[in-house]
Amino acid sequence: MFSNLDLQQLIFGRLTLEAIPYHEPILLGTFAVVALGGIALLGAITWYGKWGYLWHEWFTSVDHKKIGIMYIVLAIVMLLRGFADAVMMITQKALAVGASEGYLPPHHYDQVFSAHGSIMIFFMAMPFVTGIMNYVMPLQIGARDVAFPFLNNFSFWMTAGGAILTMMSLFVGEFSRATWLGFAPLSGAAYSPGVGVDYYIWGLQVAGVGTTLSGINLIATIVKMRAPGMTMMKLPVFCWTTLASNAIIVTIFPVLTATLALLALDRYVGTHFFTNDYGGNAMMYMNLIWIWGHPEVYVLILPAFGIYSEVVSTFCSKRLFGYTSMVYATMVIALVSWLVWLHHFFTMGAGPTVNSFFAIASMIISIPTGAKVFNWLFTMYRGKIRFETPFVWVVGFIPTFVIGGLTGVLLAVPPVDFVVHNSLFLVAHFHNVIIGGVVFGLLAGVQYWFPKAFGYKLDPFWGKASFWCWLVGFWTVFTPLYILGLMGVTRRTQHFDDPAVQPFLTVAAVGVFIIAAGILAFLIQLFVSYLRREQLRDLTGDPWDGRTLEWATSSPPPPYNFAFTPVVHDLDAWWDMKQRGYDHPLEGFRPIHMPKNTGAGVILAGLSTVLGFALVWYIWWLAALSFIALVAAAITHTFNYNRDYYIPAEDVARLEGRRMAQLAGRA
Amino acid sequence: MHEMTPPPGATAPVFYAQEEHAHGDGGTLFGFWIYLMGDSLIFAVLFACYGVLGRNFAAGPSGADLFDLRLVAVNTGLLLLSSITYGFAMLEMDKDQARKTLVWLGVTGLLGAAFLAIELYEFAHLIHEGATPQRSAFLSSFFTLVGTHGLHVTVGIVWLVTLMIQVRQRGLIVANQRRLMCLSMFWHFLDVVWIGVFTFVYLMGVMR
Repeated sequence: MFSNLDLQQLIFGRLTLEAIPYHEPILLGTFAVVALGGIALLGAITWYGKWGYLWHEWFTSVDHKKIGIMYIVLAIVMLLRGFADAVMMITQKALAVGASEGYLPPHHYDQVFSAHGSIMIFFMAMPFVTGIMNYVMPLQIGARDVAFPFLNNFSFWMTAGGAILTMMSLFVGEFSRATWLGFAPLSGAAYSPGVGVDYYIWGLQVAGVGTTLSGINLIATIVKMRAPGMTMMKLPVFCWTTLASNAIIVTIFPVLTATLALLALDRYVGTHFFTNDYGGNAMMYMNLIWIWGHPEVYVLILPAFGIYSEVVSTFCSKRLFGYTSMVYATMVIALVSWLVWLHHFFTMGAGPTVNSFFAIASMIISIPTGAKVFNWLFTMYRGKIRFETPFVWVVGFIPTFVIGGLTGVLLAVPPVDFVVHNSLFLVAHFHNVIIGGVVFGLLAGVQYWFPKAFGYKLDPFWGKASFWCWLVGFWTVFTPLYILGLMGVTRRTQHFDDPAVQPFLTVAAVGVFIIAAGILAFLIQLFVSYLRREQLRDLTGDPWDGRTLEWATSSPPPPYNFAFTPVVHDLDAWWDMKQRGYDHPLEGFRPIHMPKNTGAGVILAGLSTVLGFALVWYIWWLAALSFIALVAAAITHTFNYNRDYYIPAEDVARLEGRRMAQLAGRA
Repeated sequence: MHEMTPPPGATAPVFYAQEEHAHGDGGTLFGFWIYLMGDSLIFAVLFACYGVLGRNFAAGPSGADLFDLRLVAVNTGLLLLSSITYGFAMLEMDKDQARKTLVWLGVTGLLGAAFLAIELYEFAHLIHEGATPQRSAFLSSFFTLVGTHGLHVTVGIVWLVTLMIQVRQRGLIVANQRRLMCLSMFWHFLDVVWIGVFTFVYLMGVMR
């Protein structure tokens, strides 16, 4: 009997049947839906014989455009998961007042809010931003791919592996209950002995490797691979914000990796970094995690600012107002982003001197940000504005984000912060800037660049419907939360005794369903646009009368992006080319040097994910095995020197000829 | 400002390059510099932890009780010497001497392995004395900082052996030269980190 138990432990670690939450009706229902959906999807792929296509054309692809699209698909899937958590949280809050306990017990509710935050930041916003940067930036600088195409594929699969680990926690075991940042000592072995925090740690570690490498990759691309003539001050604003964002990524993600590794050591080895005893210091964790955490929000918002800049300038048919100030503002925000982390815990008691420094640094951020807002407004001033779908997002963003920024400045004042610290006011503030700033920007980016990626525009009716639902829904949810926060209601609360809060929470719960309608409208938009793709088709490659180089090539662009590398003379390079009578070259094509596809990224990331799973469940033999396999696979990959090929000149001529025929047919 | 009309009679501007333009090394060395910067931030976190927790002995042993400076001095010498021998390997690579490059790489690897052996001996000795990573926050941060450096040296040795095989197989081709260059940067970087470890952990640790 006992030897039997030992054997089971040897094989499965601490993974037992008890870990499958078949006694939780909500999870069981979710699992049924996910399983049916998954089986249907896999079945459809098999039925239509698409596995080979997916593997050769997508999974192993090193093409930055395909990788970008895969990132965005991952982000949209994870948005649905994270949003489901949001719906559960707010409805639980609205129901669980007074005698009613609601439907989520505390241990479940705590997992839901931890998962919501982790997923929305790491697996929705990050892949979304990285996806758009990946897709657009190389096209904007006139490059054929990123600097390290294989690394790009590997980075994507590491992000996907982290997402898979995080999602797995829903049905095998549990997720962390220690908030989206895994605050110590709550996340230590003493207070969170289960697998939840371990899922959190290894999910983020696997994804973090991908994020760091993709940051290095995109910086090297911008610095080394710009088209001839594109000096730094002719770099499109979106590329500048990409550069700033990735510069922050490569400085902060190593800090996150190290911090989570130390937390893992505390949990697995029994060290005393963040424990309460033997000299550990939990505030050290607070500092380290926020040294990552605060700059992280600028990682997300800066590329969104870049998207707004591109959209404003295109749809006002006007050069961006104050390009130089925009560039400097971006870089100043990036610089100051490293100096504000302590404003997340003014109440820690570091004293007035320290608090003043971080308060002033935090307020300073609003100056370059304000400059940006005025630049957008002045770009609109006397512009020929076209209210297409991407542009309405910008119009919604500006007032929403300004209010979110102003409540941020309030929170940066330590005496105010002492009053509303950890309250729903704070929750409303950061959703105000992350939804109103980041998510609006990403959705504007999808509307703007979708025709480039797929060759047809998105349906404007459903796009605008989605926008209005998001905007109205957002304010319906978060206005009550601002008020509740000022009333002193704290965040992460599963039950309220005071019935006075219920009306506000009910309004917020109504709002979340308006946002749900917005997400639904977006999905309908994708579907309707696919059905109507022939009416929405764009053959020019330049549907919005664009200004930057991505519009100079066909939609979707050929694998090599540009048959000839463009030469840049002006900030708005493509606009300049159009103004000065650019003709598409028709002959003289040469073979184009391109990187080969490889399955190494999928294999390495797959092994990392298995390693993460084994570590979560203490399945030591599997951990050792997958680690050895990981090292062996990585070394084997370095013995492959045959990594590139040439697209023959005839193929280039054929592809370009087909495009010319399309353009001629239209004219 | 924007409506640029070319002056009459001006030659048509060139809007695309007919020739393929090379990107040099494709940015690998630049990318590797950024990676090293990221890695140094991992060490920065570990140094910061040591700075904050390094005096939290929890009534356990302190650095002055534990550290054997003579042993660490030998170790420091070995690692610094290995950087010089790696430099010799790179000089031979520049002269296209594959055999001599391999010899110096081999010497570098052996010095690195000797460094690791002494470090492991030191760790084993400390753990035997009861000074385990679980004993106090000081020892947690000590073992993690020094151990992470040791882990990097281990990775460096595995990488070095891999590259030696690849140089034997294919000679000093451009791809291998680039790889040797990256490992060179990595190896010297570990030296720089070790100087920090030696100074802040060992030398300052034995001071009362």
